[in-house]
Amino acid sequence: MSDKRATREALGETLLELAAEGRDDIVALDADLAKSTTTAKFAAKYPERFFDVGIAEQNMMGTAAGLAAGGMTPFTGSFAVFATGRAYDQIRNSVCYANLNVKLTPTHAGVTVGPDGGSHQMLEDIALMRVLPNMRVLVPADYRAAKGAIRAAASAQGPFYIRLGRMALPQVHGEDFVFEIGRAYVLREGADVTLAACGVMVERALAAADLLAGEGIAATVIDVSSIKPLDGPTILAAARATGAVVTCEEHSIIGGLGSAVAELLGENAPMILERIGVRDSFGTSGEPEELMRHFGLTAEDVAIAARKAVARKA
Amino acid sequence: MTGTDTEAIAAHARQMRRDIVQMVADAGSGHPGGSLSAAEIVSTLYFGVMRHRPDDPAWEGRDRFVLSKGHAAPVLYSALAEAGYFGREQLSTLRKLGSMLQGHPDMRKVPGVEVSTGSLGQGLALANGLALALRLQGNTDSRVYCLLGDGELQEGEVWESAMLSAHYDLGNVIAIIDRNGLQIDGPTSEVMDVSEVGDKFSAFGWFVIGCDGHDVDSLLDAFEKASRHTDGPVAIVAQTMKGKGVSFMENNCDWHGRAPSADECATALGELE
Ligand SMILES: Cc1ncc(C[n+]2csc(CCOP(=O)(O)OP(=O)(O)O)c2C)c(N)n1
Repeated sequence: MSDKRATREALGETLLELAAEGRDDIVALDADLAKSTTTAKFAAKYPERFFDVGIAEQNMMGTAAGLAAGGMTPFTGSFAVFATGRAYDQIRNSVCYANLNVKLTPTHAGVTVGPDGGSHQMLEDIALMRVLPNMRVLVPADYRAAKGAIRAAASAQGPFYIRLGRMALPQVHGEDFVFEIGRAYVLREGADVTLAACGVMVERALAAADLLAGEGIAATVIDVSSIKPLDGPTILAAARATGAVVTCEEHSIIGGLGSAVAELLGENAPMILERIGVRDSFGTSGEPEELMRHFGLTAEDVAIAARKAVARKA
Repeated sequence: MTGTDTEAIAAHARQMRRDIVQMVADAGSGHPGGSLSAAEIVSTLYFGVMRHRPDDPAWEGRDRFVLSKGHAAPVLYSALAEAGYFGREQLSTLRKLGSMLQGHPDMRKVPGVEVSTGSLGQGLALANGLALALRLQGNTDSRVYCLLGDGELQEGEVWESAMLSAHYDLGNVIAIIDRNGLQIDGPTSEVMDVSEVGDKFSAFGWFVIGCDGHDVDSLLDAFEKASRHTDGPVAIVAQTMKGKGVSFMENNCDWHGRAPSADECATALGELE
């Protein structure tokens, strides 16, 4: 599985590429997790443009906001749990309220963090970040998409949250893939049900579509990596064509992709909706794949929800 | 303390070091470095200083322990098992699905764990809260011990809490700083210097004591001095070495959060005989 890569690996590498392309405005900050997040790669080549603030996430976010106000384009690391929750007020008031050009790119989101356990498995970050005005939220599905998301955020003005993970994932997008903010990607088309997924769940939604095809259920699979802005037209068109939607995310079912899609459907096209995600609980220690099973986040779980959604249409 | 007590505490620390290495190896992940640096500190507390009843974890008269540097969970779990809070057979379940021994301490799962920690910088505030509750409930005997990492001191909340302990004259709060000089990204002096830790706590109104964090007598002496200082919070700055006791882990950042292989585990256990 040599082509499997974690989305976090895209961080250090893309920052290096951007810097090599002449983006002298790019700086990186981390909070004693530079090796884990891979910002250490950027730090090794551009030490004068890297700031390890120590174990101080609030300080990291405030410093990033200041750097942005001063004309730089900062990318911030740390783990998703500390980089959002711990620094929430700094993100809200120093970054988003002022609409500053800070790119939050933490890693280790979700239960695929594994044995560190519930204190470290961030399942509420999409919700926390999505609710902030000016913030855009991207959840790339593979390494290639993560690189694209980081590049897109680097070229756009204003705050971004890009959710990156620790677990190695297969590529779901081809080599010619171009990441666009606000666009959902239809990866597969079928008439019976729409599977709308983000992050690590995209691969699983595709596998679920294979399982369902064997039973005569044709699924449309959409990679909704841009959770905010949400690609309403693409999602609504698929939803209307299939009459049932299943959302899939490695996040709480409260406030994340499932909620965003429910809001969209509720206002425009109320219909059958099932949500795959962590059901209002914290994570726990275990191996990543074991935890994906424990929390009902496998391809089989997606297929079960899809069957249920299709049955509800009858 | 008599010489035998000192020897018994040191023996517990040696057992805890073996447990730490074995547990992290069994789990395949975890934090050996900062667990090993705290072995004598935690064993001196549990087997020489703190009043506690393993068969009655909720006993009101107990002293409380807060592991603010929650990633060092293995050192705490081993001490609790050694003390008899739960069976030693639990230790091999560390970090596994369904285990009470989560990657970071969970007060809802483990008897003897006072508060849940893992997000650094929050333990001293929890300790202050416990200390204020004791005061409100008229318990003037119990003390609250809080173990912090030196890298952890970079979190602003630590200093907000340090201010509070002094402001409310929390003479029942004793913080111990595991001054091993390393964090994840490198030496603390290079990542974000927390130098003159003792002076910083002094400036915040704390009574400060220095000691050798691997010498049981030095630790016992520090805790004894701390117990005599009752009109405000006390900080014990314990000089330690990360990875202490395992040659290839000593003073090496790489062993902050990495599990030894089976071979490395065997070598380490050999050194810890
Ligand atoms: C708020 C927060 N940020 C980051 C981390 C990740 N982390 C775990 S241990 C550690 C380094 C701790 O260094 P130190 O406090 O010196 O502990 P020790 O060296 O004694 O293990 C970091 C950054 C965390 N657990 N909590």
